[in-house]
Amino acid sequence: MNVPIEITVNGALHREEVEPRMLLVDFLRERLNLASVHIGCEHGVCGTCTVQMDGKCIRSCITFALQADGAEVTTAEALAEGAQLHPLQDAFWEKQALQCGYCTPGMLMVCEELLRDNPRPTAEEVRERISSNLCRCTGYQFIIEAVMHAAEQHGEGPAAQIAEVTR
Amino acid sequence: MSVASHPPTRELADERKWVGKSIRRLEDPKFLRGRGNYIDDLRVEGMVHAALVRSPHAHAKIVSVNVEEARRLPGVIAVITGAEALELADPLPDFGPAPDKHTWRLLAAEKVRYVGEAVAAVVATSRYVAEDATDLVEVEYEQLPAVVDPEEALKPGAPLIHEPLESNIAYERVFTFGDVDRDFAEADLVVADRLRWNRSGGQPLETVGAVASFDHGTGMMSIHTNSLSFTSYLFMLANTLKVADNRLDVVPHPAGGSFGSKLWAVKVGAIAGMLSKATGRPVKYVEDRIDNMSNCDHHGSDRIYDVELAVTKEGLMKSIRIKTIDDYGAYMQFGVGHHGNALAQVTGPYRIASVQYDLKAVVTNKCQQGAYRGFGSEVNNWMLERMVDLAARRLDMDPAEIRRKNFIAPDQFPYFIPTGNVYDSGDYEQVLDKALGLADYEHWRTEQERLRQEGRYLGIGMATCQERSVFSATEFWFWFDEPAAPVTSMPESVTVRVGPTGDITATLYSCAFWGNSPETMVAQLIGEEFDVEPHSVSVIYAGSRNGLPATGPGGSRLTVMLAGAVEGASARIKDKARLVAEHMLEASAEDLEWVDGGIQVKGSPGSRLSLAEIAIQTHLFKHQLPDEIESGLEASKVYDHPYTTMPSDDRKNLGVFYPIMGHACHIPIVEVDPETGHVQVIKYIAVHDCGTLVNPRSLSGHITGGTVQGIGTALFEQYIYDEEGNFVTQSYMDYLIPTAMEAPEFVIGHVETPSPWTVHGIKGGGEGGRMMAPAAIASAVEDALSPLGVRVSELPARPERIVALIEGRS
Repeated sequence: MNVPIEITVNGALHREEVEPRMLLVDFLRERLNLASVHIGCEHGVCGTCTVQMDGKCIRSCITFALQADGAEVTTAEALAEGAQLHPLQDAFWEKQALQCGYCTPGMLMVCEELLRDNPRPTAEEVRERISSNLCRCTGYQFIIEAVMHAAEQHGEGPAAQIAEVTR
Repeated sequence: MSVASHPPTRELADERKWVGKSIRRLEDPKFLRGRGNYIDDLRVEGMVHAALVRSPHAHAKIVSVNVEEARRLPGVIAVITGAEALELADPLPDFGPAPDKHTWRLLAAEKVRYVGEAVAAVVATSRYVAEDATDLVEVEYEQLPAVVDPEEALKPGAPLIHEPLESNIAYERVFTFGDVDRDFAEADLVVADRLRWNRSGGQPLETVGAVASFDHGTGMMSIHTNSLSFTSYLFMLANTLKVADNRLDVVPHPAGGSFGSKLWAVKVGAIAGMLSKATGRPVKYVEDRIDNMSNCDHHGSDRIYDVELAVTKEGLMKSIRIKTIDDYGAYMQFGVGHHGNALAQVTGPYRIASVQYDLKAVVTNKCQQGAYRGFGSEVNNWMLERMVDLAARRLDMDPAEIRRKNFIAPDQFPYFIPTGNVYDSGDYEQVLDKALGLADYEHWRTEQERLRQEGRYLGIGMATCQERSVFSATEFWFWFDEPAAPVTSMPESVTVRVGPTGDITATLYSCAFWGNSPETMVAQLIGEEFDVEPHSVSVIYAGSRNGLPATGPGGSRLTVMLAGAVEGASARIKDKARLVAEHMLEASAEDLEWVDGGIQVKGSPGSRLSLAEIAIQTHLFKHQLPDEIESGLEASKVYDHPYTTMPSDDRKNLGVFYPIMGHACHIPIVEVDPETGHVQVIKYIAVHDCGTLVNPRSLSGHITGGTVQGIGTALFEQYIYDEEGNFVTQSYMDYLIPTAMEAPEFVIGHVETPSPWTVHGIKGGGEGGRMMAPAAIASAVEDALSPLGVRVSELPARPERIVALIEGRS
């Protein structure tokens, strides 16, 4: 009863057989070992399972792996390039936009899409866009500050100190 | 009762290099990369998966459990019933009064006591198959009448949750501190109210999980889990699992949030451990969201208050009588420690001379109560501030002025409150004035008047509350005359190792991480001690088996306790380094000083050794040193509670048990729509005094995060059971956590009144804004609707409740 699927994840093509009921979040975590995709509420509410499918954010906990057949999926693992963090990751670090880190990958994927669509958002636009995802730690203020900071830094590349500190 | 003298006042450094700087956190890069190593990320060779069969009934006898069909499902390895679990494991550790009268087990065997209680566990090759099999387990129940209202539970003839208890009262006692009757007689006015705080919970986005491996060959039980704390008490978990204490190793993993809900959360690890022992396989059990909401260890407080506050006509608060019924749900794992927390700061920042505290802890057919950020003291804060607002209104006083008038003054510290606990230091007027300034208070009062002319309801809230920190566990036992215990030390430990090249590694021994910043704190403190850049410090977390005594985060204690341990371990390393330097520099100890990360001869900076030079000498070339110096440069410190004293025998004085006292003032500005009951928090001013700041931005994050949780408590979040005990909030569709749209724009301020008794003068601040926000938001909503005569006596003030209040229904 398994069915074949073909999914491109973070640029690599995967041909796999899955049970039709297998959720995309479980496929990414269990089959591909992509630990950034977290399981939170399991009802599509909290957004910690957020990944991008063909460039758009989706909830992988209420999506079957089968539904991603033929699609390009991007997870937070794709953001950093080697030692170099993505400017959004760097901004999250600078502004302490995370505490426990559990919502962070999903939040980063949402913010990445936001800045692609709207490179210079207002704080209110950021607030509204990230309201799709729950964060239980920060109260959101520093996440909004981080996105605004990343937008301001846009085009200037990640801050120089990252490479040094993460070595 | 004699009061032990307080510790000596510490001298504070004039300047600090790293303590007080908002450096980037050490913890963050791995989380930003999605490599958090959370418990569900762990895979072990041969690992299998567990799922639980949960009760659909609030109260029922278990007549039979048929697991045959479930066992036949391909992929199922074992199905364990509650009856079988009686043999496999002993009851879970229970700190409550008379644990044998409300026995708490991994799986229910004879009857279920709340919706969600587990009656059987399935182990299978995948979680999918395990969950399939739970559907095939047939449980026959005989339903019993349920009771979910704590006042109903007190009535004669109410269904008994635990028959051995012979009633539903797990604990009751009236405590009197000071001359309450005299103080009430001397008051001009007594304001009274009935207040209701409904149950909510921490609800971290990551649930509790564990991977347990039992080795029948060695008898070793290893449990990897996102909950580790109270390491000195883990022998109790070993007892539950029937393994030797020296063969249990609990290995911590980072937690995706806790907010109290992963404090000593041993049930999940114990279930995984039992299943591993039963199957001989490593077993992963991670709660799903329904498990976590319905069958966790840690629902928050659920209280009814009847309160009387005695005041003079000038607005001086004299005394308070507090009568509270607390609905603990079905079990009492954490006893009534929540009320110990409340009694640590029961009179708030005010000079209230006497207190009566009448507590009834009641069991009902709900999930048990545990910890949620504040551990019951946040509820007391809310109760007290509600009463202060009521007194202000009756006396027609400004809410800021009645508070100012009653504040303990800066020169009155250390200040003993009527219960016997002490406040180390504080400057409450400075905090209030800073908050009023940041809020632009007069502007908003003018704006409120203007908008009222337009028929709009703007409200300005106020709360001035305590945040007790650094607990001693006497709060768990001073409730009873017998058995009494000596004061408990609740230690925290750190090992500091200076490697051959001078690089520093710190080892921590309690909970790995749960959203706080233990690595950053320790690195900044070590940076301060050794003049090294904090990001160069490596921090590792030890498992319990090779661990030193540790208590972990909880009660806003960790940073203060880690600071004590770091200071102690660093001093031992510096002592050894000095011995080495005496020999290498051919100088006497009194001529040497520690300067800029090395040791030098006083007044001659050229004659100097760096930490790295000393380190390589001690690691590789010990034979060049005097005999008494051993190889290596490493030291540990077990830091014990700095100041705790015994309660009096008559319990009219509970002693010192929570002495490091933070304070905050919150001023939210809200607008309430009287048609819909919608509350918009427009702006939120929060000024905290947690003593000396280690990383101001990190503390600010606790303030904003805790405040938004408090807004959730005040306006949205509630675990709701219907009259039959059905649990109707089993998902985030129904249990409403604030999103960014419900979160306000914050203005944060800090005041630093150092503690005289802690390293650098640090006070705890981890519980952050949730200690104050419910009080502040209730005050703001009430202020907004004051023209309509609305009194906010129940939380959460959901829209329908607000509309009902406006319409005069309650």
